[in-house]
Amino acid sequence: MKPAPFAYKKARSLEEAIALLGEHKDARLLAGGQSLIATLNMRLSQPSMLIDINGISGLGGTAHKNGKVEIGALVRHVQAERSELIAKHAPLIARAMPHIGHPAIRNRGTLGGSIAFADPAAELPACLLALDGEIDAIGPKGKRTIRAQDFFQGLFETALGPQEILTAIRVPAGTKEARIGFAELARRHGDYAIVGLAASARGDGKKLSDVHLAYFGVGATPVRARKAEAAMANGSVDDAVAALDLEPQDDVQTNSKTKKHLAGVLLRRVATQLMEARS
Amino acid sequence: MSALDISLTVNGEPVSERVEPRRTLVDFLREDLALTGSHVGCEHGVCGACTVRVNGEIVRGCLMLAVQCDGATVETIEGLSDSGEIADLQLAFEQRNALQCGYCTPGMLAAAQDLLKRAQEIKNVPSRDEIREHLSGNYCRCTGYHAIVDAVEAVARARVVSKP
Repeated sequence: MKPAPFAYKKARSLEEAIALLGEHKDARLLAGGQSLIATLNMRLSQPSMLIDINGISGLGGTAHKNGKVEIGALVRHVQAERSELIAKHAPLIARAMPHIGHPAIRNRGTLGGSIAFADPAAELPACLLALDGEIDAIGPKGKRTIRAQDFFQGLFETALGPQEILTAIRVPAGTKEARIGFAELARRHGDYAIVGLAASARGDGKKLSDVHLAYFGVGATPVRARKAEAAMANGSVDDAVAALDLEPQDDVQTNSKTKKHLAGVLLRRVATQLMEARS
Repeated sequence: MSALDISLTVNGEPVSERVEPRRTLVDFLREDLALTGSHVGCEHGVCGACTVRVNGEIVRGCLMLAVQCDGATVETIEGLSDSGEIADLQLAFEQRNALQCGYCTPGMLAAAQDLLKRAQEIKNVPSRDEIREHLSGNYCRCTGYHAIVDAVEAVARARVVSKP
């Protein structure tokens, strides 16, 4: 199908974009557009205006400072995929990147857009949750920082206010003890996952602590499997699989029972990755 | 909604047009510029039939708006074909029967050339798995993909040998 008519405005600054969001209550921000334009084409969404933020400067950088990696909202997936800084200091994000869509999608899609869109089957929201990351936003009342665990509130629903714009995400930079794991199952490489798992932990020899298991594709938001995390920290993968406290819904891809089974399969794969010391 | 004026370069030629904001890039190319080599398949980014190059990188023509291409350099299958850039790849597709109905072929060629170009720069022959992964965003409902992977692999080898 074709999109319903809408107005288009290219914002030159964050202030202008915030003002436009205030004037046009059902306007949408256009970043990479790789989810938004698909929903427009299918008329799942019919905003009166698109506010293109691609021309706003200062949102496309990546930096390693104060023990954290900060990634600007407009950094495209392809830039993150090829970034040495992200590969070295935010390896979970680097590991997830090739699973996101296809090359032509990654050339346009942005990290900020993926987080703000908050698709429950998307990789990056789960990575952010697994890493205890943060989201920077700016709105009419100024800037604020939101923790990942408070950010994803429901199906495609985030803590962002109607006039707020996500400007950057931040994750702790990898350390010698930091371990990460990532795996997903999809029918075709690059499609949204049936079930996926992003994980982080601290490792000391064979012992793991501070285990974070963030599943995606199993609920309305990415979800932590807390009981399985505790079991993993106690050293037993079998116990962790048995303790998986997920309640996935049936969806078009598969049923709840299969999803739960696949979540266990992924946990075993990711557990192996978590046990490997950082080289 | 008011139309906007855009100026861009398409296949090396300057183009100025007035477009509605809701016009997708692939519809702009097909309907306004009569460049019908880029195909419209699913219109939501899944099938890859509309793959074109914008500023040197492949994109989905259905997931970008024409108004976003103001000032951009766009290359379609017509441009890639006329310049001779993918002549060897086109020949390999023909020789190996890597197309049947041909609907996916323009997008498939653009996506394959994206991989081959990058591989050639580092003098690398991508593995069959890498080829499959790179083409994973392009559906072909006829061939079963084997012949396509064969053709891309053959060209990858030939280019590394012939252009050391």
